[in-house]
Amino acid sequence: MRGGLWQLGQSITRRLAQGDKKAVARRYFASDAELKKTVVYDFHVANGGKMVPFAGWSMPIQYKDSIMDSTLNCRENGSLFDVSHMCGLSLKGKDSVPFLEKLVIADVAGLAPGTGSLTVFTNEKGGAIDDSVITKVKDDHIYLVVNAGCRDKDLAHIEEHMKAFKAKGGDVSWHIHDERSLLALQIFGCCVIAHSFAPTSCYLFSHDLVMVLLLLRFLQHLTKADLSKMYFGGFQVLDINGVQCFLTRTGYTGEDGFEISIPSESAVDLAKAILEKSEGKIRLTGLGARDSLRLEAGLCLYGNDLEQHITPIEAGLTWAIGKRRRAEGGFLGADVILKQLEEGPKIRRVGFFSSGPPPRSHSEIQDEGGNNIGEVTSGGFSPCLKKNIAIGYVKSGLHKAGTKVKIIIRGKSNEGVVTKMPFVPTKYYKPS
Amino acid sequence: MACRQLWASRAASYLRISVFHRSFSNVLNDLKYADSHEWVKVDGNSATVGITDHAQDHLGEVVYVELPEVGATVTQGEGFGAAESVKATSDINSPVSGKVVEVNEKLTSSPALVNTSPYKDGWIIKVEMSDSGELNNLMDSEKYSKFCEEEDSNH
Repeated sequence: MRGGLWQLGQSITRRLAQGDKKAVARRYFASDAELKKTVVYDFHVANGGKMVPFAGWSMPIQYKDSIMDSTLNCRENGSLFDVSHMCGLSLKGKDSVPFLEKLVIADVAGLAPGTGSLTVFTNEKGGAIDDSVITKVKDDHIYLVVNAGCRDKDLAHIEEHMKAFKAKGGDVSWHIHDERSLLALQIFGCCVIAHSFAPTSCYLFSHDLVMVLLLLRFLQHLTKADLSKMYFGGFQVLDINGVQCFLTRTGYTGEDGFEISIPSESAVDLAKAILEKSEGKIRLTGLGARDSLRLEAGLCLYGNDLEQHITPIEAGLTWAIGKRRRAEGGFLGADVILKQLEEGPKIRRVGFFSSGPPPRSHSEIQDEGGNNIGEVTSGGFSPCLKKNIAIGYVKSGLHKAGTKVKIIIRGKSNEGVVTKMPFVPTKYYKPS
Repeated sequence: MACRQLWASRAASYLRISVFHRSFSNVLNDLKYADSHEWVKVDGNSATVGITDHAQDHLGEVVYVELPEVGATVTQGEGFGAAESVKATSDINSPVSGKVVEVNEKLTSSPALVNTSPYKDGWIIKVEMSDSGELNNLMDSEKYSKFCEEEDSNH
């Protein structure tokens, strides 16, 4: 690591995995109450980042742009996020697919190499331990990213099950990519370029079109890969400017874009290059805006909308359970989940619009007669829609769009209505 | 994926942390200030109340202001309303005790006035004071400026 990028601090070493022989060095800093720092930390501060504690890390919640403006700009032009606090890891071995299928609800075997999907790690009661994007690199290599706040329990969970699996002769090992950093680049209109020979699909102003084209060319120039053939959920290991990166076409904002896993020593240089090439259109964007974006996209926030006691069925993630797995099960908590599939869950995650103050987590939801029917799990003011939006759980039967509800905020009742999600349409790049 | 976090409550306090310092927030000389960042302008027995420039700067763009009813009783140091930004909720405490005689209804449709004009168009309530002696519990502009500097540097 470059000395200039790391402040002085204590170095603590601990072994995170039986399969990973080398110790992983982790730096902790006496200042900021022992918060960890990404390699991009100094770059954030130099660019006006407001750093706040987040899942044990010091992360930028916003920069000079307001959260409102950052959210709007992501959807209009694009954003660059540092998501290095999230934990990337690889599972390798000829049995890595059956191993992972014991732990997640996805049809991993059915994924084509070079593609991925959102999935859920379940506990024995079918509740969500974490959500994760998993990618099949090859049949014997899976790359996945888990949430920063769930890292310790996820790794302990995987390690425990890996021990048992290997004891029975299974061939699987893992590597935790702590030597890498993760940047999320979300770009509006990226998909338009790939079809730019169809004039009717170009709805950008010419200047913006040139900007986006330059940026896409920038990425393609660096990678020599054909990104127009890389669809949402796609994955490639490739060189960007001579550095080996893992590129996943994904994001957690509803926009098109890429998550780029890059060796940490090159992360700041890449961030600078992306920002410079975009001539100010792509803006550094903090976690505050990222949360607004994922809320507008109707996506779950683990710890709010997903918890250990909430199943994927209740969370509206039935689509993430592969067809074969609905028939076969084979993952932790399958009996509970498949029963809910058959009988229907008792509660369901839904979206809301409301008047009055923005709803926040734990606001009570009542029916029009004043009876408790659920709770808000995420909510706020939508910068794009200019109105209140929320995600929450209500009793089954009261989950239809158009159902009128009351949302109780600081003791007062406010009008609300159930609505389908996403609140803001997604723009994933998919084959037409 | 997203991370475990209670945005509303934690973001509210974190957003009050300023890693970098503005040259200075605007502070007017003829007002009195509370340590919870409200201002009060006194005219006889009438007091006009709002949040300070420092407060709106930390809160971010305000999208909703919860207003009390005319006739409500307010107590010095206690909450009478709230200001909501995209990510955070902040109680608004009254710097004086008394009865609300007027509320700024413009804030219902234009809450961002609190950001753009915190000391004028963004005023929140007018109070008929029950005890003007309470004003001695508040800070003048010089003390308040110092208070803000100390608060910012403590993070």
